[in-house]
Amino acid sequence: MADLRDFIAKRVAKELRDGDVVNLGIGLPTLVANHLPEGVNIVLQSENGIMGMGPAAEPGKEDVDIINAGAAYVTVNPGAMFFDSATSFGIIRGGHVDATVLGALQVDKHGNLANWIIPGKMVPGMGGAMDLVVGAKKVIIAMLHTQKGNHKILDECTLPYTAINVVDMIVTEMGVMEVTPEGIVLTEINPEYTVDQVKEATGCELIISPDLKDMI
Amino acid sequence: MRNKIKTADEAVSVIQDGASIMVGGFMSCGTPEILIDALVRKNVKNLTIICNDAGVPGRGVGKLLTNGQIKTLIASHVGLNPEVAQRMNTDNEDEKLECILVPQGTLAERIRAGGAGLGGFLTPTGVGTIVAEGKQVLNVNGKDYLLELPLRADFALIRGSVTDKFGNTTYNGTTRTFNPMMATAADHVIVGTCEIVEIGEIDPNNVVTSGIFVDTIVGGEEPWQI
Repeated sequence: MADLRDFIAKRVAKELRDGDVVNLGIGLPTLVANHLPEGVNIVLQSENGIMGMGPAAEPGKEDVDIINAGAAYVTVNPGAMFFDSATSFGIIRGGHVDATVLGALQVDKHGNLANWIIPGKMVPGMGGAMDLVVGAKKVIIAMLHTQKGNHKILDECTLPYTAINVVDMIVTEMGVMEVTPEGIVLTEINPEYTVDQVKEATGCELIISPDLKDMI
Repeated sequence: MRNKIKTADEAVSVIQDGASIMVGGFMSCGTPEILIDALVRKNVKNLTIICNDAGVPGRGVGKLLTNGQIKTLIASHVGLNPEVAQRMNTDNEDEKLECILVPQGTLAERIRAGGAGLGGFLTPTGVGTIVAEGKQVLNVNGKDYLLELPLRADFALIRGSVTDKFGNTTYNGTTRTFNPMMATAADHVIVGTCEIVEIGEIDPNNVVTSGIFVDTIVGGEEPWQI
């Protein structure tokens, strides 16, 4: 499981360009920062008020006034800035974040995203997710392809939307998919799986790119 | 000049049952714990609390929730405090919590609008989702936006790092969060701060919240710990 998460995070990291402003969600997306290719330095934005967030604080060296959006102690890099929440979301909605990486409960072929509520079961709230996916220039979903065998990539989301028509790319342990006006296109496949296995694990038509590459 | 410095209990003595209260902070980082503790001691009920999140049990507004003081919670995220779900789903009407979830950026901007004299604002966040229910959708240059309305409260509980005796306040690190907007959007503003200094000791370049917004100053706020 941990290996799969790192495998996914490593592939997502290749999407980021030197100098990009990036907001990483809690959990798997946070791992992306550990896998940046050589020479790629990104500026991490944390919606609770940091531009230029650094790695997690070492035990014993925490500054209790500096946390990330997951309430973990973090550091800041030279050149960082702190700001209030209105400024933070001005940065996010204003299109100043190049990419955001988030998990999902469901994604559909229209690029609709559901990741904040399971009515009657789990009502954690949307936090900053609705603003992030609407405002960021590129929305990358990093997740396991299925949930206990149930499809997460669907014709239509059945859970309430976080936002409509926002997802650009989906990276799972099985492959890399792009959301296009024609539907979801598999552009890379993990060589450990066959195309049929990926299709089987996907709840909508999967268009296979003529340039299908290995996901490495 | 009027002395704004009071004890925590004196400061919250003006807060009555049924009040609406904004509370600064993000996962309790930037929440004035000494003012929350005083509110718990005063035991006022039926409060409407406006805060980014529900804290965690025993921390931040989580203490008010545990003590059964909150009737309505307006927040963006409550998932790290399991007591919220318990109280939302309880059959006991006296303990039932109404929870209104607002996207974080919309919550911050509604509070900013409330303090900045704006009648609302247009945001693309929430278009096509259940957040849009009951709201006006306006199309500007071909793009849909929701009309979101300003938010104000009777009181704001702010957490400062350094505050001078006029009320000028600085915020360290990520304690800033919702505090500066909330300080402008409530009828009565109380700052719980780590350090009180003389007027003139804070470089004006570093003041984030002006003393004009601050009614009461309470010292003794401790650095926040997870």
